[in-house]
Amino acid sequence: MAAAAQSAAAGSPDISTAVDARPRKGGRRLPLAWLGALPFLAYVGIFLILPTGIVVVGAFVGPKGGVTLENVKTIFQGFVFDSFVKSIELSAASSIIGAVFGALLAYAIVSGHPDSTLRRIVTSACGVLAQFGGVTLAFAFIATIGGEGLITVFFADHGIDIGSNVWLFELPGLTLVYSYFQIPLMVLVFLPALDGIKPQWREATDTLGGTGWHYWRHVAAPILWPSFLGAALLLFANAFSAYATVAALVSQGGIIVPLQIANALTSETGAVDAGLGKALALGMVVIVALVMTGYALLQRKSAKWQR
Amino acid sequence: MSDIMSLGFGNTVPVVEHPDTGKPGRGPLARRRRRLTAFRVAVFVVMGVFFFTPILAMFEFTTRGTGLGAPRTLASWRAIFDYPDLITAIQVSLELAAITSAAGLFLLVPTMVWVRLRLPRLQRVIEFLCLLPLTVPAIVLVVGLAPVYAWVTYFFGSSTLTLAFAYVVLVLPYTYRVIDAGLRGIDVQTLSEAARSLGAGWPTVMWRIIAPNIRSALLNAALLSVALVLGEFTIASLLSFQNLQVAINFLGRANAGVSIAVALASLFFAFILLVALSFVGRRRSAPVHEEE
Repeated sequence: MAAAAQSAAAGSPDISTAVDARPRKGGRRLPLAWLGALPFLAYVGIFLILPTGIVVVGAFVGPKGGVTLENVKTIFQGFVFDSFVKSIELSAASSIIGAVFGALLAYAIVSGHPDSTLRRIVTSACGVLAQFGGVTLAFAFIATIGGEGLITVFFADHGIDIGSNVWLFELPGLTLVYSYFQIPLMVLVFLPALDGIKPQWREATDTLGGTGWHYWRHVAAPILWPSFLGAALLLFANAFSAYATVAALVSQGGIIVPLQIANALTSETGAVDAGLGKALALGMVVIVALVMTGYALLQRKSAKWQR
Repeated sequence: MSDIMSLGFGNTVPVVEHPDTGKPGRGPLARRRRRLTAFRVAVFVVMGVFFFTPILAMFEFTTRGTGLGAPRTLASWRAIFDYPDLITAIQVSLELAAITSAAGLFLLVPTMVWVRLRLPRLQRVIEFLCLLPLTVPAIVLVVGLAPVYAWVTYFFGSSTLTLAFAYVVLVLPYTYRVIDAGLRGIDVQTLSEAARSLGAGWPTVMWRIIAPNIRSALLNAALLSVALVLGEFTIASLLSFQNLQVAINFLGRANAGVSIAVALASLFFAFILLVALSFVGRRRSAPVHEEE
């Protein structure tokens, strides 16, 4: 463990020397070639595989040790199950909205000059905003449509109560807030697919007497569809995994699964339920894994057009 | 909808005489251009409003005075420097961003190039491992990371900078995808063989052949990492480290104005950084990697 951690820490400079060592020795090609991948594998092993293993195994271990299914059974009870349903609803709604509007924005970007300043600024903005979950985002929407928010106050001055104090912290509000990072993420993910569309295809359609409808129906849509669906699945997983935004927005209770996990980890009553936390985490991994498998399959299908 | 359907890819609509009309600038192509422009303007305006309003609202919020009808004030912005914890957190997050993006690239790029050239059978494994963090959300990872960090603290101390270990894993999927796209765009095999036959060692191949050729991919990957680290909250919060987001969240309860000011500033900082770097990446003659 110790040696592995240290070699991972020193991983960066090590790689080039490990890589360099191979060809001079000659002969024993395979074993030495594997050394080149070792720092990476060791690092990922410690900081990704090991934690994941701890979660998976821990989900089936009881409070006093020993194998048990109690933790997993808890998932299907009352409020815990509700939080899974809410999580899925929120993720589905925000990923559909994000995919549609993100695709439109991506198309608007692609249809401009590929080297234009506008494109650079918009893609950079998307790069920031796609990661702009969390505390800042929660504050941004509180400052916009919270009780004292800009828009709330503006409408209140005109005698209209937009009632956001109620819905901002429920599913509709969370969906709106999530769209703020889902749309930019869609742009980032979908742009390469749109860039892969060759102008010659449109010209070919024109030459053959096809209309715009023909082009979209028979050329662009069949090529873009797998990318679009795949991107939507990625957005779903992204929303489903998000914790920080809701944590900063909703101060108590556990309306979605990540909040339940955080509660189980850091329960202020002192009754930390490690087993339940790991079981919930395992439940999340299973759902995200299913979604991401679909994404990977679709990605493979669409990849052949992006060469 | 039919308007959108009839749109082509704008830059691709050729400015040539249409075979039917024989006149330039008229006919279906010109109409298509006009519709495309209208569509683009509409999308950019609607999206612009949606994305700018919350940012504008944040700024408006930070300039509010206390009490009804109080004049606008920048007191919240000035007060940032009254919170030393906040300043520390800003520094730490910037350092984490630098360490994470550099370490992520150093770990991943040589491995990916190496696997492409020597271990093609491993390519699938590397891809799977890199994309795995998308399947294991941060909130899940942190559950399993807690015991691992007991060891990290034992070996490296309890500095907040140790978060970089976890953050490198978080940025893997993004870095991988960008680098993968970059490497796909060049002929790694031929380039490295050519360099090797001219007597270049592997470090030279990496630094002076591969890296300059995937420069924009490297930049993109670094930018994504910086943006991700500056916004990270989940792992830091649940492992009880004070990074920028945790500090902002904590301060939000005591002084909403100041914390929103910092949040806004960090957002602007990330944005300016990314725009600036994306312009640097465009200059083809820019000298890159003189280290070797």
